[in-house]
This record gives sequence, C-alpha cells and structure tokens, in this order.
Amino acid sequence: MSAYKEIAWNGIWKQNSILAQLLGLCPLLAISTNFVNATSLGLATILVMMLSNFGISALRAFIPYEIRIPVFILIIAALVTVVDLLFNAFLHDMYLVLGIFIPLIVTNCIVLARVEAFAAKNGLRAATFDGLMMGIGFVWVIALLGAVRELVGQGTLFSGIEMIFPTLSGIQVLPEGYPGFLIAILPPGAFFVLGLLIAGRNWLDARANQRMREQRIHHQAEHPTDHPSSAPA
Amino acid sequence: MSGPIEVAHRESSVLRISVRTAAILLAFTLVFTALMAGTYKATEPMVAASALAEKLRLIGEVLPPGQYDNDLMADAITLPPVPALALDDETRLWRARRNGVPVALVFEAAARDGYSGRIGLILAVNANGRLLALRVTSHKETPGLGDYIDPKKDKNKALPWIAQFSNMGFDSVPPKKWRVKKDGGRFDQMSGATISARAVTNASGRALAWAMENRDKLFALPPNSRFEEKEP
Repeated sequence: MSAYKEIAWNGIWKQNSILAQLLGLCPLLAISTNFVNATSLGLATILVMMLSNFGISALRAFIPYEIRIPVFILIIAALVTVVDLLFNAFLHDMYLVLGIFIPLIVTNCIVLARVEAFAAKNGLRAATFDGLMMGIGFVWVIALLGAVRELVGQGTLFSGIEMIFPTLSGIQVLPEGYPGFLIAILPPGAFFVLGLLIAGRNWLDARANQRMREQRIHHQAEHPTDHPSSAPA
Repeated sequence: MSGPIEVAHRESSVLRISVRTAAILLAFTLVFTALMAGTYKATEPMVAASALAEKLRLIGEVLPPGQYDNDLMADAITLPPVPALALDDETRLWRARRNGVPVALVFEAAARDGYSGRIGLILAVNANGRLLALRVTSHKETPGLGDYIDPKKDKNKALPWIAQFSNMGFDSVPPKKWRVKKDGGRFDQMSGATISARAVTNASGRALAWAMENRDKLFALPPNSRFEEKEP
C-alpha cells in the first residue's frame, strides 16, 4: 500500500476517529441530532483539520518538544477563530448555518490528536491529506449517526436542509402520524446508536479477518505444501 | 561526580533553556494573536454589515416593510435590561411610523424558562396594542420536539404554531387567558413539548403588557435616547 493510500484507509476506516479511536465525542454526541446539522459540523471539521495539520506541519521545526501542546492548542484555536471570522464576513449565509458549530470544533480532541500524532512528524502534503482523510472519516460516521437518530426519533431525513439549499426540503420517511421516539434524539440515544455503529464496524472487521483465515486454511488444504513434487503420482 | 563548576554550568543551561522556551511560546502567542486581531479588524465592517442585514431581515419578519415609511434604524431608542422583557443586555427598540403617525413598536424580549435555557424573541406591537407578529430569534430547545416554536423547524408550514399569536391583543385574549391551553389559556401547545410553548406564550404576554403600559412614552422619546423604567 502506498503511503497516501494508507493515510486514506486509516482515516476512513482503520483508525477512524470515532469508530476506532473514540475521539471527539463531545461535539459528536451534541450535534448529531439530525443529518443536516451533523454533516455541517463534519464539513467544518474537515476544513479546520486540514488547516491545522497544514499549519503545524509547516511550523513544526520551530516548536520545541516541551511546549508543543500549548503551542498546538494556541494554533488550532487561532485558526478556528480566523475561520469563524472569515465565514462570517464572506460566506454569511453559510455562517448562519455552520456558525454555531465552528467554535465547537476547538473542543474536538481529534484535531489535537492528529496534529500531535501525525502533522508534527510529517511533511506538508501528507499532513494536509491526513487532515482531509481523518475529516472524511469523521463526516461519514457523524452523518450516519445523525441520519439514524433523525429517522428513528422524528421519522424524517434531511430536515433543515432548506437552510443550506433553499429549494430543497426534508423528507418525511415514516408515516405522518409517526409519534417519534424521543430517546433517539436525546443524548442517551446518541450513545445507543454510536454503540451499535461501533459493534457493526467490529463485526465487519471480524468477518473480514475470519474470511481471510478461512481462505488461508482452504488454500493450504488444497495445496498442502504448495510443492509440485509432493502431489500424488 | 560533578564538580561545582559543572553544576553551575548545568544550572545556567537549565535557565537558558527555560528562558528560550518561554520566549518561543511568547513569540507564538504574539504572532497568532496578531493574526486573529488582523482578521478581526479586516472583517469587522463586513461582519457589522451582515449583522445589520440580519436585524433588518428579522424586523421584516414581524413587520412588513410596506407598513411604515420612516427610517427604522434612525428612529430607535435604547432599552436598558428591562425585567419585564427578561433581557440581560441593552437592546434597541425601533419605532415604525407612517406619515409621522405611530404604527408599531419592534423590540426584543426573552423567555428564561425554556426547556434548555433562554429563548430569544422579537415582536412587533402595533399602536392599538395588538401583537402583529412574534418570532423566535434564538433557542436551544430539543430538535424535533420543542423546536416547533421556530417556524423554520415547524412541520406545519401552512400555519406554524407561532402564527397563532399574530394580530392578537389583550382585547381579543384577556391577560388571564394569555397562556397555553394546558394552563387553562387560549393558545395551543404540542403534546409532549409544553415547556417550550409555555415559555414563549408567557414571555410574549409579559412583553405585550409592558409595551402597552409604556406605549405613549416609547413612541414619544426622541430618537437615540434611552428609555428609563421609572421617571426620575
């Protein structure tokens, strides 16, 4: 596997920030009440992770090891503030939707974790790519979590999308009379759904391992020693 | 065994490293604070302009621009944190007039007893003491449950919950009945999410009573003056 392929695989599946590392749960659980909010926070997180990985990779030669953590936090917080202000000034419509989520990103420890574990030790391009891939790994899980909670809790999908695309509107998936399932929307529901997602990931991984093992055994059974001379004459 | 000279040398190098590290941290702090301050300064006019546009849009939701002909932004007074409106900070109150005749007062209020904290409101009260319209400006109510108080989140798009307050006054709904039905009042609530509805209903009633009580004074104060609750 090439280095970039490995970064992508780690970010999206193997070292997935939520499913494998369980990092950044605070914003994850607070915002994933519906699909649109969850995806919006995820997209803002990708942007911040790319910027902070880029910035710290670029400055890594100047950061003494002993004070790296305060410097990282300083840089991340400053970048988040700058992104917040720029969004407010130049993309105001989007800011009205994403605005409340952007300051929350500082509390997401996955940003600090990637900076510390990857960006501080790698070159600019690899670090930025890692930020992108870790961000994508975060987005797909938080979007799925939001979609499941919204569907179970409210019976809708994509509600609130008109705030981003005024021409679209949410879909009522379950019948109009669906009474809603409150606990899915409240914080405990987030833990339940997250637990199921992690179990699902572990199951898929276990199945893939099992299959690989079976293939190996099968392979050995068909070709016991893999040597032509040992075949019966 | 290290001699006294060596110990002194080590101590001085520890000191040197500490000072150097502190200086680097200081340099980073300065550079990034400057970056934030610079961005803030550069974006300030645009941010202020969008905040103003946002205010105008909100005012437009409770008071259609066609109903008045004065410059709302110029014909405004400052409100101190009035207890009846549950406000924490100074806010502006805008006075709409047509040919110099008072049309409506537009101002902000809040409910402190929402299900998840403060609910911000903006309302327009016309010169006859009727609530022209009421909108929620900020809230943290449970998504999908209590957030129907915001018409953008209300599933009933044709007649959102908050529209039942439009054109209501104490002449049509007496103050005692200005409550949700669960509390023996006149206004609907959604079952399972009474607290949000009750908070908005009661706050709008308090705000309307306050506006009616102070109506003449509020319209009469010169522009850009400050409203005081009690006459000195």
